[in-house]
Amino acid sequence: MLLAVLRRAFDMVFVMFGISVIAFLIFFATPGSDPSARIAGRNATPEMLAQVRIAFGFDRPLYVQYGRLMQRLFIAQDLTSFVNRGQKVVPAVLQATPVTLCLVFGAAVIWLTAGISLGIVATVFRGTIIDKSLMLLALAGVSMPVFWVGSVMNLITQSRFHDTWLFSWVPGLGYTSFFESPSLWFKTLVIPWFTLSVLFIGLYARVLRASLSESYQEDYVRTARAKGLSESRIMVRHALRTSLITLLSMFGLDFGALVGGGAILTEVVFNLPGIGRLTYQALQNLDLPFIMATVMYSTFFVVLANALVDVAYAWLDPRVCDAR
Amino acid sequence: MTTASNTSADPASKVPEAEQPNQFNVQIANGEASSAFAQKRLFQLRPKDKGNNPRGPWKTAFSRLLRDKLAVASFVFLAAIVLSTASATYYADHISQTDPFQSNLDGQIEINGDPAEIMAADSEGLGLGVTPIGPTWTGQYLLGADAQGRDVAARLLYGGQNSLIVAFASTALCLVLAGVIGTVSGFLGGIVDTILSRLLDIIWAFPIYLLAISLSIVLISTGLQIGPFHIPSNSLLLPITIIGVVYVPYVARPIRGQVLTLAKSDFVLASVCLGMPTARILVRDILPNVVTTLIVFAPIMMSLSILTESSLSFLSIGVQPPAASWGTIIQDGQGLLYTRPLVAIAPGLAIIITVLCLNFLGDGVKDAFDPKAKLRVGKG
Repeated sequence: MLLAVLRRAFDMVFVMFGISVIAFLIFFATPGSDPSARIAGRNATPEMLAQVRIAFGFDRPLYVQYGRLMQRLFIAQDLTSFVNRGQKVVPAVLQATPVTLCLVFGAAVIWLTAGISLGIVATVFRGTIIDKSLMLLALAGVSMPVFWVGSVMNLITQSRFHDTWLFSWVPGLGYTSFFESPSLWFKTLVIPWFTLSVLFIGLYARVLRASLSESYQEDYVRTARAKGLSESRIMVRHALRTSLITLLSMFGLDFGALVGGGAILTEVVFNLPGIGRLTYQALQNLDLPFIMATVMYSTFFVVLANALVDVAYAWLDPRVCDAR
Repeated sequence: MTTASNTSADPASKVPEAEQPNQFNVQIANGEASSAFAQKRLFQLRPKDKGNNPRGPWKTAFSRLLRDKLAVASFVFLAAIVLSTASATYYADHISQTDPFQSNLDGQIEINGDPAEIMAADSEGLGLGVTPIGPTWTGQYLLGADAQGRDVAARLLYGGQNSLIVAFASTALCLVLAGVIGTVSGFLGGIVDTILSRLLDIIWAFPIYLLAISLSIVLISTGLQIGPFHIPSNSLLLPITIIGVVYVPYVARPIRGQVLTLAKSDFVLASVCLGMPTARILVRDILPNVVTTLIVFAPIMMSLSILTESSLSFLSIGVQPPAASWGTIIQDGQGLLYTRPLVAIAPGLAIIITVLCLNFLGDGVKDAFDPKAKLRVGKG
């Protein structure tokens, strides 16, 4: 067991190292892109370019640059922005984290509840028109671009129906901290929560429906039925239990990816100052230290989620352990 | 994020049936096996009458697909979408009679005989701003104008061309790359497999949007220089390459798992025992199975590509102006969202309909070709 955990930890470090190298190479060594040209600006003279190159250390070999960047990011934690000189990177990322966490956590509650209930209802009514229309809705949810849903939501709640009783409670775009005003915090996040969860509700309902109807073909469900168990008990205690394992592994990965900046489009559309929007702004300015920091941050969550899912999987489903 | 691990985690569950040499079994199943004549024929290795053979796996799959009404309807719908976007030039020349790539701030059109400004001065507030004309529901400016006075309907068709081209080409690129990498990695094994699958692991763990965005932002500011070849920054090849590459691990990992299982399967073992050369085993035994999996992946990867392209274009790092795509038109419509919402809504509807059709088609193709495949639509 200890060996497995150690190997898992080693894998995590390896993948994170690999990603940091790829991200570094994308930004600092893509043929034709010169970071110093960007910092010096459009009309920089060759002398200025040379100066910038030396000041920022771009004349050093790539591995030295990489080492220095990582040292300043993780050990000294004094990495500063290229664009807003003096702005420290690490505090900015830490400040944006709770916003993203709030957004994703709320959305996760919605999509798990709605996705699982839709999946169960569709399975109970399988073959009927209810099942078909629910699955059609789910597929439509999967097919919608999230930023478009966000725009339409904004159109409805901020403009067209904002003056009616329906949506007059929706505050303007932006974010209020929970500690400032819990009620305002809740109101600003409700619409983004629903927007972000639409895709995942459709996804989880479809996966659960497929997995449940597979379980219903299994022998143990037939046995349960032969024992005379009630339909609801068969569903909850027998079929749903195995299907939830699949769903759990999906959930871990999706949650990790979203916390790690996958909610960028939702954050941009609703103007929420989370990790995604921070990344977006850094990308627009080509603020390389910021981009490296957010990429490393998001990788951390994705890799961590992967590892946790593996552990949870092995714990819930003993066959996985035997297979190794 | 797509959980490709789900598909690859359990390779043993995928038993290739399509390529089993089934001539012998069939004859036994025909009930003739007991007769001496049939016994003799069994050892002839080649059955004489072809009519006795079942149809090949390809034909079976296609006829199954044709029976799926929803899939066929989706395919027809998609064809209609492709045709209508292909008519963009005709539409712009003859129906809307404007150049959808030229800003047209001072233009006037006639609606039912009355002249109307394309960019009308605001009646509210100070009257300083201008609002583009709304939907006229006639030939010219059917869906209104965008912030630069360009015909949205015509741009929608041109944008559809680009969105579909990018989606199709990047899917093709992704499937070819993934097929090659997955097959090579799974079939050769050893050090090649270790390196390739570690690389896939790393790219797979890279948040897909961050990777695509990072690549786009670097490449779009400078273009891409590979040796003597230069891809300019406004070329469609950039989003095609980027989207094609970032999704490779999602397809290559399951393919690798499948090839690993195939390489251990009985019919490959039989070929090895018969002394078939490796190249022939690869082409005749492994590749047909891989191609089936790739076909199952194709519609779903295409729907993912359309969504990714529109997201990148929405963040203004996909298709570059003055060219349009459905994503860039939604981005153009952001500033007009509360005054002329149709500019942003119409391309979104186009995306939804196309992606929905592709997903229906994908479901049908999956059921027809490989009902046991576990695929997942979606992204993080």
